[in-house]
Amino acid sequence: MDQAARGLGLMPGLTLADARARVPELWIEDDDPQADSRLHARLAQWCDCYTPLVGADGGDGLLLDITGCAHLFGGEAGLRADITARLYAFGFHARSALAGTPEAARALARFSQGGIVPEGGEAEAVRPLPVVALGIESDPVRALARAGLKKIADLADRPRAPLAARFGVDLLDRLEGVLGEKIHPISPRRPLVEKQVEQLFPEPIGRTEDMLAALQDLAGRLTVLMEQDGEGGRLFEASFFRADGKVRRIAVSTARPLRDPSLVARLFSERIESLTDPLDPGFGFDSIRLAALVRQARPATQAGLDGREAAGEKLAELVEHLAARLGEERIVRFEPQGSHIPERTACLRRAQASPSEESIWARSAAGEPPLQPLRLFDPPQPVDALAEVPDGAPMRFRWRRVTYEVAAAEGPERIAPEWWRREERPLTRDYFRVEDRDGRRFWLYREGLFGDEAQHPRWFLHGLFA
Amino acid sequence: MQDDALARLRRSLARIERADWQEDTAPFSLGLPDIDDFIGGGLPHGALHEVFPESAADCGAGIGFALALALRANGKAGRPLLWVRQDMAAQEQGELHAAGLAEFGADPSAFLLVRARDAVQALRAADEALRCNALGAVVIEVWGEARALDLTASRRLARGAARAGCCVLLVRSGAAPAPSAAMSRWRVRASPSRLLAAEAPGRPAFDIGLLRHRAGYPPRRWRVEWDRDELVFRPPALSGAVAALPADRPAAPAAAEDRRRAG
Repeated sequence: MDQAARGLGLMPGLTLADARARVPELWIEDDDPQADSRLHARLAQWCDCYTPLVGADGGDGLLLDITGCAHLFGGEAGLRADITARLYAFGFHARSALAGTPEAARALARFSQGGIVPEGGEAEAVRPLPVVALGIESDPVRALARAGLKKIADLADRPRAPLAARFGVDLLDRLEGVLGEKIHPISPRRPLVEKQVEQLFPEPIGRTEDMLAALQDLAGRLTVLMEQDGEGGRLFEASFFRADGKVRRIAVSTARPLRDPSLVARLFSERIESLTDPLDPGFGFDSIRLAALVRQARPATQAGLDGREAAGEKLAELVEHLAARLGEERIVRFEPQGSHIPERTACLRRAQASPSEESIWARSAAGEPPLQPLRLFDPPQPVDALAEVPDGAPMRFRWRRVTYEVAAAEGPERIAPEWWRREERPLTRDYFRVEDRDGRRFWLYREGLFGDEAQHPRWFLHGLFA
Repeated sequence: MQDDALARLRRSLARIERADWQEDTAPFSLGLPDIDDFIGGGLPHGALHEVFPESAADCGAGIGFALALALRANGKAGRPLLWVRQDMAAQEQGELHAAGLAEFGADPSAFLLVRARDAVQALRAADEALRCNALGAVVIEVWGEARALDLTASRRLARGAARAGCCVLLVRSGAAPAPSAAMSRWRVRASPSRLLAAEAPGRPAFDIGLLRHRAGYPPRRWRVEWDRDELVFRPPALSGAVAALPADRPAAPAAAEDRRRAG
C-alpha cells in the first residue's frame, strides 16, 4: 500500500465494493501468493549485492545485516539512499530503517517513517510505537491493550519480571531486541559462505567469453583461498548479478576436491554451454560472484611414479566433464544392493558420489552359462505365453506382436517376494531361461503360483540374454 | 582370378591409408585362431568398430558381442569401461543389468554408464571420453537411423579412438550399414547354443559376419561361443544341440540324472 493509494483513501482490509466506491477506476488483480513470494525472493536475491546476510521478514519485508558493508556505499545514509533509489527505479516504494538490532529496524520501518537510528538511540526511537511493532501475535497484543499497555514506552518503563510472568518470555525477548538491549542475529536465506570471491565490473558485461574470463580469474583467486587451508571444492556456485536486479545462479559439482582454476573454469563453460535455459545477460551483468559451497580437505599430493593415481584422477576429471555437460543424473555407476529380486540387485548411483569401498558381485559357478540376462526391462514386458500347468516352462510366447517358439528352457528358478516390504500383493516369481528356434535367449517369468496365488498367472519378459 | 586382384588392390590401398591409424600397439585377439588368423592377428585397439544386430530381436546378441569385444580389448588391465547408451535403446531393449554383466564375465563396478538423451548427446559424451586415456574401451549404443551419426561423426570417433588408443565399439540397433570410417564392421545374430543337460540353454553363441574391414579382408561368417570364465571366444559345438551318447549306459538315462543342478 503506497502513499498514493493511501491518499485516495484505500487501506488494507477494505472490501472490494468499498474500494470501488472510493475509486471507481480501480484496477483489480487476483491475489497470487506464489508470484508474490517469487518476487520477494528475487528482491532478496538482488539484495545480495549489498550484503551476504539477507533474511526475510514476512512476505513483504527484508532484513539486511549490513555490519561492515556500509562503507562500500558511502556510509549508512548512502547505502539506504542507494537501496531506496534503486528499488524505486524497479517500481517499488520501500520504507527502510537502520538500527542496531533487527527488531528495532523492523519496528521503525513498519510502524514509523523509518530513518537511521544513531547508535544507542533505539530505546528512544521506538518509544512512541504501538506494541504491535514488537512483532508478536495478536493475542498478547489484545491482552496488553486490556492491561492498558498500548505503546512500547508503557512497557519499557515497567519492571521486566512481572511482564515476563504474565505475558511470556517471548514478549520480553522481543522487547529487549526492539529496545536495542539484546541482539538476535537474523537467519539468512542462504547459508553464509566462507570462501567466495567477487568481481564488480565498471560496465556491465554481456559476452560469454568475457564472463568465462572473469570466472577463470575468480577461480584463480578462490583456489588461493582454499589452498591456504588445504581444501578443495566439491560444489562451486557462480552468481551472475544482472544490471536490472535479476540474479542467476549456476552450480557445478565435482567428483573430487578440486582447486585447479582452469578446470573449474572449464566445468563452468561446459555447464553454461549445455544449459537448457540459457544464461540471458539482458543489459549485462554488473558483478559475478564465485563461491565454494562444499569443500573437502585435500592435502597437496605428489604424483606417484607408477601413474596409477593419475589414471584415477583422469577418470574423475572425465566424470566431472560429462556431468557438467549432460547433467549429473546421466552419468552413473552400478552399486550392489543386498537383494535377490533382479531389479533390485543393483542400483544406479551418480558417478560423482564417492564410490563405496569394495563391491562384491555374485557370479554363478565356473562352467555355467550366464544365469542373469545382460539387459533388464523396467518395468517387465507383459507377454502372452503358452505353458503347461501348473509350473511348466513356456512352449511359445508372443512379445511385441511376434511369436517365438521355445526350443530349450531351464527353470523354474523360484524367487520369493520380499514380504518385509509393504507392497500391494507380493507374488512369487518363477523364472525360466528360454531359447527360441533362432537361438535368441530370453528371461521369462510367471507371476504368482498357479491356483495358489493367482487363478490365471500372468507372464512377463524380464530380460534378454546375449 | 579377378577376386584375387581385387583383394590385392584393397590390401595395397589399406597400406597407403595406414597413416590414419596407429599401428604401434598390438591388436587384441578374439582368442579364436580361425578368426584371428583371418583378420591379421586381431582387431586394432585405437580404432572404431561397428556392430549391427541383424534384426531387432538380435539386439541381445549384438550387445553381447560388443561387450565381449570390449572385454577382450580391455584384457587383464582392469581399466574402467564406458558404456554410452541412448534413452531410446533402454526403452526398446532394456537397461544394462549389473548382475548380468557379472554373469557375462565383466566387473560391473568397472562400468561407467552414460544415459544420453539422444544420439547427439551420446556422440558428445563419447567425444569427451576419448580425450581421456584412462578407459579400457568405449561402447556406444545408438538406436535406429540417427542423422547425427554421419560420415563426419564416425571419422571424428575414429580419430578420437586413434588418439586415445582406445577401442570404440558402436552398436547400431535397428539401422542399416552405411559408409563410415570404421575399421571393421560386423553383423551379429543369435545362434542356437550348445544345450546343456535337460535341454537347458548353454553358453552365449553368436553368428557373426565380418562385413567390411579397412585392411581389405573379404566378408566371412563364423559361429562362435563366448566363454565367460576365460573371457575368450570358443569354436561352436560340432553339430548343434546333440550330446554324445554314452557307450556304457542306456541312451535314455534315468530321470534323476537328467536334472542339472541350478545355481
